[in-house]
Amino acid sequence: MAKIIAGFGTSHTPAIGAALDLGKKAEPYWAPIFNGYAPAQKWMEEVKPDVVIMVYNDHVNAFDFKIIPTFAIGCADEFTIADEGWGARPVPVVKGYPEFAAHLVQSLVLDEFDITIVNDMQVDHGLTVPMSLAFGAPSAWPVKVIPLAVNVIQYPAPTGNRCYNLGKAIKAAVESWDEDLKVVIFGTGGMSHQIQGPRAGLVNKEFDTAFLDNLSKDPEALVKIQPLTYLRDAGNEAIELVMWLIMRGALGEQVDEAYRFYHVPASSTAVGHIILETREFHESRKARAAA
Amino acid sequence: MTKKEAYEDIPGTVVFDAQRARKGYFLNQFLYSLMQDVNRKEFLADEHTYLLKFPMTEDQRTAVMKRDWNTLLDLGGVSYALAKLAFTDGHSYQFMAAEMTGMTQEGYANMMIAGGRSLDGWRSKAERGEN
Repeated sequence: MAKIIAGFGTSHTPAIGAALDLGKKAEPYWAPIFNGYAPAQKWMEEVKPDVVIMVYNDHVNAFDFKIIPTFAIGCADEFTIADEGWGARPVPVVKGYPEFAAHLVQSLVLDEFDITIVNDMQVDHGLTVPMSLAFGAPSAWPVKVIPLAVNVIQYPAPTGNRCYNLGKAIKAAVESWDEDLKVVIFGTGGMSHQIQGPRAGLVNKEFDTAFLDNLSKDPEALVKIQPLTYLRDAGNEAIELVMWLIMRGALGEQVDEAYRFYHVPASSTAVGHIILETREFHESRKARAAA
Repeated sequence: MTKKEAYEDIPGTVVFDAQRARKGYFLNQFLYSLMQDVNRKEFLADEHTYLLKFPMTEDQRTAVMKRDWNTLLDLGGVSYALAKLAFTDGHSYQFMAAEMTGMTQEGYANMMIAGGRSLDGWRSKAERGEN
């Protein structure tokens, strides 16, 4: 049976991708960020997942304004990299898993989540920056990826509660797939940031710290955060954090925090990263380490 | 008209809601077209002629040509689409964000390095005596 073994929360700031692509990794501005993700890459190398479910948002690249799906799952064989306005990122094409994606859609719709099916789309920094941060710069990505795009651009984004419950339904959908697969689910975007208007540049470290703490301590408290609170307290674009709650919902009741990193700034963004292992996976890793 | 939304009380912030999306539809579709290099070149060669391809308002066209970012937000542009205009000019997200704040590029970058803008004083229009 397929199993979600861990969640990977991370910001997806486009400037991080640009810094990597332009060879600025070692510059003083960027080095703390890339050093902060080195343990995450080591964790990925040890764990070697088969499939990543990537919860992210498109930034007016795959989707223009003709159709705005709240939840969309990419069911294609592969996803090419979008030119967002300055040329496509020089990263490998993202390979999908159409059969597994189709199964997830089928299960989720029957579980009353009305998922939009996307059979042809490009992916942007929302997906590729987390891939780079988790897997470095390989010539081909070492995992299959199922993109799950969430509308957080046009208000209102789905609520935290809706996202958390979608995560629970994803867990059930994954576990009803009869193939031994290790799945890591990503929740991306955030943390506190605002990139528009005279208030641009807002950062709220207290909000972010509490959010990271409560992913393991008290997820129900996070689920109750209202849209207005994200916008007001953590910045207009911090609403992206609802996508982390899809990730959290898919991990079951108990999780163990394996790693955390927080840094301000990358461009206009507070960068946050966390690895949450399911209790079962965490115990099995501990047992293996002790043996 | 809908009643005034609670998020309209957040200072210095333009929430891209359904009404603004309606108003900005063709503006945003123009911005979306800048994903293609051939369109970026055509736009830069003769901005107004290119803008006439999209049935947006003349106010929107003028604001595009002036790179008047905050007006573009008011006229229904969404930041991620507006960023494509900044990229077309060879600028970054951070460049556009700094321009929206009225700060210098250096001043904005330094504010971010120092930990970003504090919420103090930026929580509510009512608190700031606006509106």
